[in-house]
Amino acid sequence: MKRVGVVVFPGSNCEYDALSAMEALGVTAELVWHSRTDLSGFDGIILPGGFAHGDYLRPGALARFSPVMDAVAEFAQEGGAVLGICNGFQVLTEAGLLPGALQKNVGLKFLCQPTTLIVTSNASVLTSGVALGQELVIPINHFSGAYVCDDETYDRISESSQIVLRYRDNPNGSRGDIAGLVNERGNVVGLMPHPERAMSTLLGSADGRVLLESFVASYVAA
Amino acid sequence: MSYFVIVDVTLREGIADPEGATIERALPALGFSGVYDVKAGKSFRMNIDADSAEAALEKATSLAERLLSNPVIEDARARLGEVHAQ
Repeated sequence: MKRVGVVVFPGSNCEYDALSAMEALGVTAELVWHSRTDLSGFDGIILPGGFAHGDYLRPGALARFSPVMDAVAEFAQEGGAVLGICNGFQVLTEAGLLPGALQKNVGLKFLCQPTTLIVTSNASVLTSGVALGQELVIPINHFSGAYVCDDETYDRISESSQIVLRYRDNPNGSRGDIAGLVNERGNVVGLMPHPERAMSTLLGSADGRVLLESFVASYVAA
Repeated sequence: MSYFVIVDVTLREGIADPEGATIERALPALGFSGVYDVKAGKSFRMNIDADSAEAALEKATSLAERLLSNPVIEDARARLGEVHAQ
């Protein structure tokens, strides 16, 4: 992967974290305003954390109608790697690019803390370079992070190895301890924790590197 | 003809409702007993131009399913409201 686009909605606030994480991995990253409709020239797309469109209505509910989202869907359709982090994950579920939804945390607390994740599938652009069962310490920072879906969806994503990351100690009430999820094809991933904020031991953890290195390495030609 | 429509959005059965549960737990402290099954939700009010009440409700239901609610976790119901005095 050479060039990554980081989508910026009004209210996004982790775009520079994503940008600098990509640059730390030697990838050229560029901010992409949400009104843009052409994503040609990018090898990967990141939907960063924040509060797109103020999270009005529901997190991601309005962002899915931003002009860029049609281009993101098309990019994903062509096999491009798409990564939604936190609010980006919420946007991907609202847009129907990932199944299920993210509900308010059980306990109604905004959670901002390191969490331990277990890699439960490496059939995704985010986890292809990580060993199954590996534990990673990565921070979460969210109010609506409880993953919900119906029984049928849960069985399907469990059986097809689409659950890529689970919390070791479920902090938010997510069904099946789900922290991160991939689509059937393996190229669209969403996760609530912030790997881009775990890039250096000086800042608490460098465990996000191995995930983002996989993302950067796993570009599948369209 | 303009119709005043109210859309109620509530969590589907079986979806955890931490807001409703928290409100319910707070009530005894205020002296309210015998209140249970408290559900939190959202209410949207709008005026809709349409040829009939049915058409207005149909339009409201459609926009509620597309935007106001997330069908994965929420149900939306549209109903006619009492017309506001402007």
